[in-house]
Order: sequence, then structure tokens, then C-alpha cells
Amino acid sequence: MITKKDVQYIAHLSRIHLTDEETEKLTTTLEDILGYIEKLNTLDVSTVKPTSHVLPLQNVFRRDLPRPSLSQADAIKSAPESHKGSFKVPQVIE
Amino acid sequence: MKLNELTAHEILKGMSEKCINPADVYRSVREAIKTHDPKIHAYVHHEDDGIAFDEKKFGRFPIPIAIKDNICIKNYPTTCASHILQGFRPPYDATVIKKLREAGLIFLGHANMDEFAFGSSTESSYFGVTRNPWKLDCVPGGSSGGSAAAVAANEAIWALGSDTGGSIRQPASFCGVVGLKPTYGRVSRYGLIAFASSLDQIGPITKDIEDNALLLNLIAGHDEMDSTSADIPVPDFTHALTKDVKDLKIAIPKEYFVEGIDEEVKTSIFDAIELLKAKGAQFKEISMPHTAYAVATYYILATAEASSNLARFDGVQYGLRAQPSQQRRTPIIDLYEETRHQGFGAEAKRRIMLGTYSLSSGYYDAYYLKAQKVRTLIKQDFDEAFKSFDAIITPTAPTTAFKLGEKTSDPLSMYLSDIYTISVNLAGVPAISLPCGFAKNGLPIGLQIIGKPFDEEMLFRIGHAYEQATEWHKKRVSL
Repeated sequence: MITKKDVQYIAHLSRIHLTDEETEKLTTTLEDILGYIEKLNTLDVSTVKPTSHVLPLQNVFRRDLPRPSLSQADAIKSAPESHKGSFKVPQVIE
Repeated sequence: MKLNELTAHEILKGMSEKCINPADVYRSVREAIKTHDPKIHAYVHHEDDGIAFDEKKFGRFPIPIAIKDNICIKNYPTTCASHILQGFRPPYDATVIKKLREAGLIFLGHANMDEFAFGSSTESSYFGVTRNPWKLDCVPGGSSGGSAAAVAANEAIWALGSDTGGSIRQPASFCGVVGLKPTYGRVSRYGLIAFASSLDQIGPITKDIEDNALLLNLIAGHDEMDSTSADIPVPDFTHALTKDVKDLKIAIPKEYFVEGIDEEVKTSIFDAIELLKAKGAQFKEISMPHTAYAVATYYILATAEASSNLARFDGVQYGLRAQPSQQRRTPIIDLYEETRHQGFGAEAKRRIMLGTYSLSSGYYDAYYLKAQKVRTLIKQDFDEAFKSFDAIITPTAPTTAFKLGEKTSDPLSMYLSDIYTISVNLAGVPAISLPCGFAKNGLPIGLQIIGKPFDEEMLFRIGHAYEQATEWHKKRVSL
């Protein structure tokens, strides 16, 4: 059972502000979707190993060679606000 | 036939015989965009804007191509059809774009999609819907709906899409074109804006199988920039077009033909099966018992990965930045929360929330870990089938294209339209959709062929043999 309070809590974890109307709506739709997902509980998976990835890959390394990378100018080119080659954000520490 | 209605292999043949000039093909495609795109809306960014070509310097493949709006093109607007990426111009090319540039392809622009590829109808795009070229009041499918519609409307010869749970194959099916999701790891994901990193693959959308093999040839291969791209040899996929399916063993999973499937879709698939039987292929019904759990598993895993991947859109490095008019929390948290409030659409918010929920403390084991375990069972269904069979045949979607607006108010019914395509991504295997008929309402029907990991050749072989005996892939829309 998902409550409005749960939705507000998840929204904050997700760093998304929601209007009251959005909160209301999401409470219902998330409840519906999670209700559907409940069907997984009909399976016994106690002895099954989880799959996070289909390829049998582990620790892929490449050679540690210097090569050109993005310039500082290119890296901040799309930033909504920048200052002297850095990303600009509001004050973080009081 | 008009130049923009041709396939790439026809254009390339015409070029070698000096009877087709690629500049004329390009002009014909541009003209189609100008005439038809105001009503189809396959493209979200299609101004020439620095990606036009130089007529004097044609490469080997001067084929005009549409690129899904989540694949980075250097200095060209790349927005995932989202408000939050407004104004973003990537500082680099995706690996597939780099490869296509080297081959001489001509980029037409970025094709519409569901926002961040979250959807099955292209209706969640910030830029508005794309219409199905075969029937304008229907959806083109999604999320690569713009890419599929562009090819179907002859507003592109080729297109690239991306497929996380069916996003290439389902729109290909709805638009009557050929769409391939390659094996996970076959094509580099470097420069593909990530949705669910363990499921995403870039793939070709074309008018027929031969073109699909040609385009896969150009984009496949290992890439140091994507550590999940597979370091295994890439064959010439056109060599698989042998026209021969004699003695191939093909499975028909009975779970794909139960409730919810249109009778017309079912009939078309069984007609295709009869045709392949007549050509010597052997069919047998099998059971893939975990099929019914795929959608639930997918919507936990894909949204969990998405919630993490989309954390980067915070109003700092690129795209939209917004600040609430009144302080709610601290200034920096307010910046994140308001930017994401304004920048993401309803479906993106829903998926980020669902993913965050299943990863949150107290729910991880019940949802995320459980879904990863069910993923193992779904994959085992495929492993088991491929011990005895060369391929699996199913419908691509249970229905033909649905009406615009029909499923937007009911997310769950939208999710269920991917019921036949999702397992393939969870198992990481390749699958292709090709046209196999038209319903009475005039809309195309798609046949899905699923293969073993890294055996795209088998899909092309069967698909090509089928095309030899049918005309569906030659039908062109009249707009």
C-alpha cells in the first residue's frame, strides 16, 4: 500500500518537486503498477542466482595510455551557468 | 518509384551503374521531409545546421539517415525529446555516429521519441506526438517512433533507433518496416544517452532485410569506449542472405499466442510460418514458462537503472536550470528539485519514482533483487530453447498500431503493449521485426524472429528467405 507520504518521500529521494496534483496521481498509478508487479511473488526464487548483466564480463581493462580528452571549454559549453571555466551552482555550504 | 522510396541497396546499385546520383536521392528525401513532416512529425531537429553534406565529397555510403534523438551528434541538438535537455549540443560524437561519418552517410536530423525512451507510442515526447504514416490518427509505436515513421514515410532511407524493451521492434512493426535489436554488446553504446544500461542497444531501422544487414555491418563492433561492447569478430552480415532455410529448426513459444493477441495478427504469423515450412524449415511448439513475468521484471529493473542514470540531469552541467520562486529547502536542493520538476514529463517522473522506490532501503530485496532473480529464469527459458532450436518466431506486438491517446491515461496498459519484446532484452539476445502482412484497417503487422546471442546472421537469413516469397516489404505509403 503506497501512501501520499511515501510518494513525497520517494520524490525527495529522487530530487523531484511534485505538485499536490502530481503527488495525488502518482499515489494511485504507483499503487496500480506495484500491484501488477506483485505477480512476481508467485514464483519461488529462493535458490535462483540474480542476473545483473547478460554478458559473462568481469573487470574489463584497457591500456593506460594518455590520449586527448574534452577541453575545459568544451566540457562547460552546455552549462546553464558557468564561471571562469567552472560549473556555477548556488551556495552549498552555509 | 520515387528516389526516396528506394532501398539503400537499390541506390548503391544505381550508383555503381551510374544511373542514380546520390545528390538527387538526398534532395528527394529532403523534399519529402518538407512536404510530409508537418503532418507526420517524425523529426524533432532537422535543420541542416552543420550536419549537411558536401556533394563533392561523397563517401562509400551516401545514404540519408535519421538518428534517434538520444544518440549524440557533435554540436547538434540532442535532447532525448525532453525539456530537461533543452539546448544541449554534445561535445562529442557517439561511436555509431563516428562510424557512419567515416562510411559517408548523410545525417538528416534527430528523430522524435518518447521522452528518454520511456514509452511505447512516442506520445511522451516533449515536442509532441509522431503520427503513423499508414494511418494518421494512430501512434507509430515507440519509443523509436520517429525513426520508424521517418523510414516508413520515405523521409529517410535508413534510421537508427535504440531498444531497451522493444523500442526498435515495436515501432518497426507498427510502421511496416524492418527493425533489429542486436545482441547486447554487439553495437557500442558510447554516446547513447543511457536509459537502462544492462538492456539498451542501438540498432538499424530499414525498409528491408538486406538494408538492415548493410547498416548493421557499419555500426557493429568492439569499442574501447564501451566496456560492455563485446570483443568478438563481426561477420559480413550480407553473407547471411542465402535465401535458404531448409532444415532450420524454429520454435513457436505457446505463451506468445494466448489472451490479448489480435486474431488478424495471429493469422498473419501462422501464414508466415506455413510459408517458411514450405521452404523446408521445421517448426515445433515449445513452452517458455516465465514469459508472463517479463513485463513485471522489466519495469523493476529498467526503472531502477533509469532512476540512477537520470540522476545526472540536475541543472548543473547541461540543459534546463530552474529555481523555485520561494525557497523550500536549501538553494542547491531547490535547484535540483525544481529543474527536475519542470524538466521531466509525467512518464519520466513516474519511472524515476518507481525505480527509486524499488532501490530504496527496505524494498531492495522484495523488488530489485527479486526481479534480478526472475531475470535469470527468463534467460534460462531462452538458453533452454536454443539448445534445440536455431531461432524462435513470435508476433512483435499483440496488436497493430493503436489510436493516439488510447493508452496515455493507463500506463500499465501501455507497458503491456511490449509484452512480446521485453524478454529479449532481459535475455540479451538479438531479435528482428519484419512486415508480414496488413490488417483490414490498413495497418502493418510485424513478425519477430529471435536468435542466439551474436547470431544476427540467422535472423537475416530467415527474414530474407521470407521476403523472397512475399511483397510486404515493398509496399510504400502514399501520403
